Amino acid sequence: MCGARMNDQEQQPRREARVEPVSTARGLGQGRDHHWGEFLVENAIRVLGFSAIGFVVLIFLFLLQEGLPTFFRVELPILFGQRWYPTFDLYGTMPLILGSVLVTIVAIAIALPLGVATAVFVREVAPNWAREILKPMIETLAGIPSVVLGFFGMTIVAPLVRDVLGAPTGLTAFTGALLLAYMSLPTIISVAEDALDAVPKSYRDAGLAMGATRWQTIWRVVVPAARSGIITAIMLGMGRAIGETMAVMMVTGNAARMPVTADSLFRPVRTMTATIAAEMGEVARGSTHYHVLFGVGIILFVLTFMINLAAASVIFQKRRRGGLR
Amino acid sequence: MAKIEVEHLYFYYGSKLVIEDISLEIETYKITALIGPSGCGKSTFLRCLNRMNDTIPGTRHRGRILLDGQDIYDPHLDVVTLRQRVGMVFQRPNPFPQSVYNNVAFGPRVQGLKHGQNLDEVVERSLREVDLWDEVKDNLNQDALSLSLGQQQRLCIARTISIRPDVILMDEPASALDPISTLHLEDLMRELVQDYTIVIVTHNMQQAARVSDDTAFFLTDDGQVGKLVEFGPTGRVFSAPEDTRTENYITGRFG
Ligand SMILES: Nc1ncnc2c1ncn2[C@@H]1O[C@H](COP(=O)(O)OP(=O)(O)OP(=O)(O)O)[C@@H](O)[C@H]1O
Ligand SMILES: [Mg+2]
Repeated sequence: MCGARMNDQEQQPRREARVEPVSTARGLGQGRDHHWGEFLVENAIRVLGFSAIGFVVLIFLFLLQEGLPTFFRVELPILFGQRWYPTFDLYGTMPLILGSVLVTIVAIAIALPLGVATAVFVREVAPNWAREILKPMIETLAGIPSVVLGFFGMTIVAPLVRDVLGAPTGLTAFTGALLLAYMSLPTIISVAEDALDAVPKSYRDAGLAMGATRWQTIWRVVVPAARSGIITAIMLGMGRAIGETMAVMMVTGNAARMPVTADSLFRPVRTMTATIAAEMGEVARGSTHYHVLFGVGIILFVLTFMINLAAASVIFQKRRRGGLR
Repeated sequence: MAKIEVEHLYFYYGSKLVIEDISLEIETYKITALIGPSGCGKSTFLRCLNRMNDTIPGTRHRGRILLDGQDIYDPHLDVVTLRQRVGMVFQRPNPFPQSVYNNVAFGPRVQGLKHGQNLDEVVERSLREVDLWDEVKDNLNQDALSLSLGQQQRLCIARTISIRPDVILMDEPASALDPISTLHLEDLMRELVQDYTIVIVTHNMQQAARVSDDTAFFLTDDGQVGKLVEFGPTGRVFSAPEDTRTENYITGRFG
């Protein structure tokens, strides 16, 4: 049903455009100019569009070309081993993968309740004038350069973590997770807020008319109704967190140890992104180390891709259900 | 005996007066139909009865509405309690996008009834009361939005009666339904009225004549303000209207 309606809308302007030259009393020459202009613009846009796609494909091919040799040059048990000592030809990526996963998951665990609560506050509770101020402020947060956040993390958050938690150093996985949580908050808040906003008023009315209080209506009706949007928000926040490099490199201490002990969260870790960024400048082009770094890039890409895929499938499900209604 | 007494009710959206000086009594265990042309304030009037208009900013009222003799706008009266006693069914079926079971269990849960036997019983009883049980009992976990519109509307009624209100308000409950579902709904209303007091807004004269015990005819005057023109037993209003405007409307001469 939904699809049919969209088709109608698409066809409408095209039909008008075809009719126009006949119905208006314009000279033939002018009409041709008009067509030439149209032709140029249309093709320019087409070229630009395709070249954008082309660049993406090229980058991807480059990543594959430089990264795939890893999986032949280094034996898989070593590649997915626990020890990352490139100087001794030990390229175990497990500490890096788990480091990224740990930092990302903890970051989301912090950002999710905060983000959803903030979104609920902004959309459902805050008076109009406060919403008008809060929304642009939250969007501005997303624009703070990550190196600035990293600097803030090193000078303020890390000492705080060290002193408050009594960790031997402030440069820990937890510090990184805190910063990443902060960085993914704007995304989570904006997307979750849009999702709440899209919940039809009729659901709220139904909740209120059942004698639910405002809070009961929000938590039992509005938030569940927005859940697919909120899941998308989490996925996007995760995608942002797992790919973040600079701030994480500055505050996590970068020790490539397996984060499997109970206190790992409060010990240094090293993420995939930080490893690539830190070591890429020092490797000889074409060396095994060089290829392995690209291999890590592929692994990171696959992880991010799966997260995005999960987000997309949630969106797709929602569309399909909306279409049936 | 009157369940609801409305005394000299005026209602304003901002500074705009939309209904003026409405007084009527809604009888217990009867169906009262509100009829009248579009924009004459039927929905507004209905939404006063459970104070749903409170959710629209800038609205104001004058006059009194008594439920069992108690003023529903009394500041000591909790609006949540009021809405648990005066339930509402909307024009478009609006089940929550959750399972059938959760839809019906919503009200009891909000009131603090936890999982288990009791809740199951309430859900089954409510669904049986709206004749939906046999159609959904095999799959109570299915998405409520996968039901047909007629089923959805009955589900909404089941949701409303799950907390045993005294009064059920219905704003054009059949307008989104096909003729068969509509007749089904009307039968259901006749059954429900044994236990509940029902107020229904409808544009369908036959429907008002078929299901209701009392009929109130609303009409806007020249200043676009809704007024109560005629109110009385449905048989009398339809067969021998006192006001010529009522007669014209019922016989389809305008509106
Ligand atoms: N939220 C609102 N804000 C301002 N004016 C409103 C609002 N809702 C309704 N009105 C106005 O109040 C008047 C009565 O509306 P109401 O919806 O009560 O009429 P109705 O009799 O239910 O009409 P219909 O048969 O079309 O449903 C109309 O003039 C309408 O424009
Ligand atoms: Mg109406």
